[in-house]
Amino acid sequence: MNVNKLQNLAMNDNGFIFDPNTGYSYTANETGILILRKLASGLDKDGVRTAVREIYEVSEDNFNSDFEHYMLMLESLDMIEF
Amino acid sequence: MKKTYIAPNIERNYAGNMNKYGAKSVVRHQDNIDGVPIKEIVEQFGSPVLVLSESVIRRRYRRMQDVMQMHYPNIQQAWSYKTNYLGAVCNIYHQEGSIAEVVSGMEYDMARRLGIPGKDIIFNGPGKRAEDLQKAVKEGARIHIDHLDELYLLEKVARELKIIPNVAIRVNMDTGISPQWSRFGFNYENGEALRAIQRLVSGKAMKLSGLHTHIGTFILDAQAYYYAAKALLDLAQKVKDELHVVLDYIDLGGGFASQNTLLGSYTPGEFASPSIDHYAQAIGDAFNESQFVRDHDPQLVLETGRALIDEAGTMISSVIGKKNLPTGERAIILDAGVNTMITAWWYKLKVTPTRPFPGAYQNTVFYGPLCMNIDVVRNAVPFPDLYTGETVLISPAGAYNNTQWMQFIEYRPPVVLITETGKLELLRAREELSDIIEREFIPEHLRNI
Ligand SMILES: Cc1ncc(COP(=O)(O)O)c(C=O)c1O
Repeated sequence: MNVNKLQNLAMNDNGFIFDPNTGYSYTANETGILILRKLASGLDKDGVRTAVREIYEVSEDNFNSDFEHYMLMLESLDMIEF
Repeated sequence: MKKTYIAPNIERNYAGNMNKYGAKSVVRHQDNIDGVPIKEIVEQFGSPVLVLSESVIRRRYRRMQDVMQMHYPNIQQAWSYKTNYLGAVCNIYHQEGSIAEVVSGMEYDMARRLGIPGKDIIFNGPGKRAEDLQKAVKEGARIHIDHLDELYLLEKVARELKIIPNVAIRVNMDTGISPQWSRFGFNYENGEALRAIQRLVSGKAMKLSGLHTHIGTFILDAQAYYYAAKALLDLAQKVKDELHVVLDYIDLGGGFASQNTLLGSYTPGEFASPSIDHYAQAIGDAFNESQFVRDHDPQLVLETGRALIDEAGTMISSVIGKKNLPTGERAIILDAGVNTMITAWWYKLKVTPTRPFPGAYQNTVFYGPLCMNIDVVRNAVPFPDLYTGETVLISPAGAYNNTQWMQFIEYRPPVVLITETGKLELLRAREELSDIIEREFIPEHLRNI
């Protein structure tokens, strides 16, 4: 997984994200931002899973499906590469 | 304590992504119907369950009657059975003063079963059989003739029974809308309707009492009714002048749009559909301009179906599961599919959560439980995150739903009425295996396996 592009993103806690390389901006929710930050900091997928489930009340199954989906979204937005 | 979780979501921002009704489609939740909690309904009747509101049915009927009467007082509504022919539903309309409009022998029998006398039944439809006509003639129904062969057949039946039936001619015409429903009735513009009337009158076997048209369904242009009414009133004048027959009524059929949104329509139905006032105005204008109306005050008959009852119906359905599609959309699998929400094929149905949700929405597709590609209840709607077992409301679901739903691989759900006092009354029980196999036979040699 290549997360280089995430490292340049400007993010704030309101969910606003700006990508200076492309000029695109994005809106993400709280969990969306948290995951981006964790990925940008170098955590792998398992690391992100643990980090999120430490903070939020969610079963492993429910989170896994949402997380996989979110990763696909990031890929389709060309923010990460597998 | 850990924080409440919401599914992660991200969207790219686009300049100018606002639609004309605002930047974000806010998904409001609704946790009750007419004050009865959704939870309570599901606990009592299971899921899915179709819920009808007696208050909404009565309110809309009365509103139609009041608004029409402001424009033309001599109006009679005829409940279009095919829109929803549950006995209890028909009887609400009959209690309100509606007569019955039926389009088949089966619907005719349904109206008779409820105690509606023949004279209060309008018998439409292109498929009447000889035995249907015999019954209808004997019982004095108003028979609306669709085509020439039916005219000849009815004439024969009437002569055999030595009864003069009350009949009307169904007319089709160009009212400026498309599609033009020209396969029903006799054409106005090319003179076919007048010729049929001449033939009917000269046969002396029937009494021509009215003219009928049904210009189509979900007509978004109220003005089409002005042209339809004007055409029928002009024809009535001609029938009087040339054949010396004065007609008792002008029946403009149904076709008013409900607040549902058609598939392919960008504008939500609440904005696109004319209100009853617009239709009433258009019809009233044509009536008030007509010399025939001034001289004879014919009865105006309306056979409105969906606009009266669509908004009175709500399907409660539960989430069986969810999955993520490769397109980035979320898919929710519901326990009610197109088998029970068949109107999903032409409407963008509204899906409403039954509890409030924090956080952002994501594009969501709602599927039913059928193993078929066509089983899409609602496409691409921004929706909060749902979990298995949660309920949603699918609406409007009052019109053409429980008359057209399919018994494909599943039992059809119960139908429940919320009365005006807030009581829950079962109108139709959930089907079970015996309902499906009751009329089946297994030949002797196939009984042992
Ligand atoms: C003859 C006739 N009358 C009335 C109706 C009711 O129409 P709607 O539900 O569009 O008002 C129909 C529906 O097709 C019809 O065929």
